[in-house]
Amino acid sequence: MSETPAAMSAAEIAQAVSSRKITALAATEAALARIAVHDKILNAFTDVTADRARTRAKAVDAAIAAGQPAGPLAGVPFAVKNLFDVQGLSTRAGSKINRDLPPSPRDATLIERMEAAGAVLVGALNMGEYAYDFTGENAHDGPSRNPHDPTRMAGGSSGGSGSAVGGALVPIALGSDTNGSIRVPSSFCGTFGLKPTYGRLSRARSFPFVASLDHLGPFARNVKDLALAYDVMQGPDADDPACSVQSVEPTVPLLANDVSRLRVAIAGGYFQQNLLPEAVEAVARVAKALGATRTVELPEAARARAAAFIMTTTEGAALHLDRLRKRPNDFDPPVRDRLFAGAMIPAVYVDKAQKFRRWYRARVLELFQSVDVILAPATPCTAPKIGQATFTLDGVELPVRPNIGIHTQPISFIGLPVAAVPVPLEPMPIAVQIIAAPWREDIALRVAYALEQMGVVAAPAPRGL
Amino acid sequence: MDDHLDDYMTAVARTMALPLEDAWRPAVRANLEVALRLARLVDDFPLPDDVASAAVYST
Repeated sequence: MSETPAAMSAAEIAQAVSSRKITALAATEAALARIAVHDKILNAFTDVTADRARTRAKAVDAAIAAGQPAGPLAGVPFAVKNLFDVQGLSTRAGSKINRDLPPSPRDATLIERMEAAGAVLVGALNMGEYAYDFTGENAHDGPSRNPHDPTRMAGGSSGGSGSAVGGALVPIALGSDTNGSIRVPSSFCGTFGLKPTYGRLSRARSFPFVASLDHLGPFARNVKDLALAYDVMQGPDADDPACSVQSVEPTVPLLANDVSRLRVAIAGGYFQQNLLPEAVEAVARVAKALGATRTVELPEAARARAAAFIMTTTEGAALHLDRLRKRPNDFDPPVRDRLFAGAMIPAVYVDKAQKFRRWYRARVLELFQSVDVILAPATPCTAPKIGQATFTLDGVELPVRPNIGIHTQPISFIGLPVAAVPVPLEPMPIAVQIIAAPWREDIALRVAYALEQMGVVAAPAPRGL
Repeated sequence: MDDHLDDYMTAVARTMALPLEDAWRPAVRANLEVALRLARLVDDFPLPDDVASAAVYST
């Protein structure tokens, strides 16, 4: 076990707090101290809820001292993307406009579940405006910075989540993923991230972006911590109409199960294009470790990405239509311009995108009759420089922002569960997507755990701090 | 449609009461061109008549 709370995993902190080797308050103070020092560089936090955290940590310590059972995350500091409702804070969702909202009266469901398990919320995290972003840059709060090179992007839109966990400010953070916003920052910041099956985790009391595609999920520095957080957040929630009624399916007890009989394939075609050598190398390392040689093709993946793009821009525009009319100058201009364009897309294209999704999902699910896991790159490259506008993929110069997520969008489009696993390349990490069939997060996490045990994937120590 | 895109943008903005300022037009148009190109890619795909949308799925 690591000796100081700031260097401990979530599982180690919970074990130490439960056995009264350290207090939850000490773990909380260690996180707050690390945030105070390093967030000046990373700009991951927009709110540090120190008073609330200390109060909560003391309550955890008091409960344990009174002999009450400690939760599986007892005393574990965590933080949330600032689109989660935090009682007493306006849910800014990366925007200027939302700062005028009244303070939230109640925490998001997932915060309540994390704290019911003993975790301690220490703050809210920077993000791209209204989650319409892959870079982690923000016109109002400044960019989240990469913990391995602060001149580089953290990735978005959950940039603060990737930066805070990649920088080891907190062992666990929560984010959202509509088109890749957990997997992209995981890739750039070298963290583990889980985008669960659509509908698995409640989105209640979080600020939406694209209801048809929005997912919430955890970031962590190792697979056990990721699974611990995921497990305590599962369960039905009537406050989110898309939340599944499926019962809780714990994954932590399954992590060490044998994976040698799982049928693992590499995504071909679309997913082997538009990649820089580091992305190719990362997938190759993971595939080799798993003995994967078979390639499968997700049919019409480029069209799936296109349909996800259309649903995103139109549903996003519909969500913000009134704000576009009344406060267009208060948006980050590039976000406003994308939303204006989204408002002008004919509805027939949106309907066709939704119907195409049905067709595509059925074809991809057929693949899972003969494979259990599909491997794909998470991003085309390692983290670009902050402000970088273009990159060259397959000989074509393309704008960075919309193309960072070209390999994540066809997957979240149909809600498949994905564990993003970081391959610690030098000088910058990059992640691979471990994709499983719907509701089989357990398989994605087992494979991630096996790769971690083999030493193929790991969250590197922050190199930029 | 591209030849008439500026007219289309003006008409839609007016119809939907969107305050599209002249200075924003080039960027909005560029985004719209990308979105329409991708929309046509979806439109080109021959879907069966009986396929239904799947806004939320449970299995």
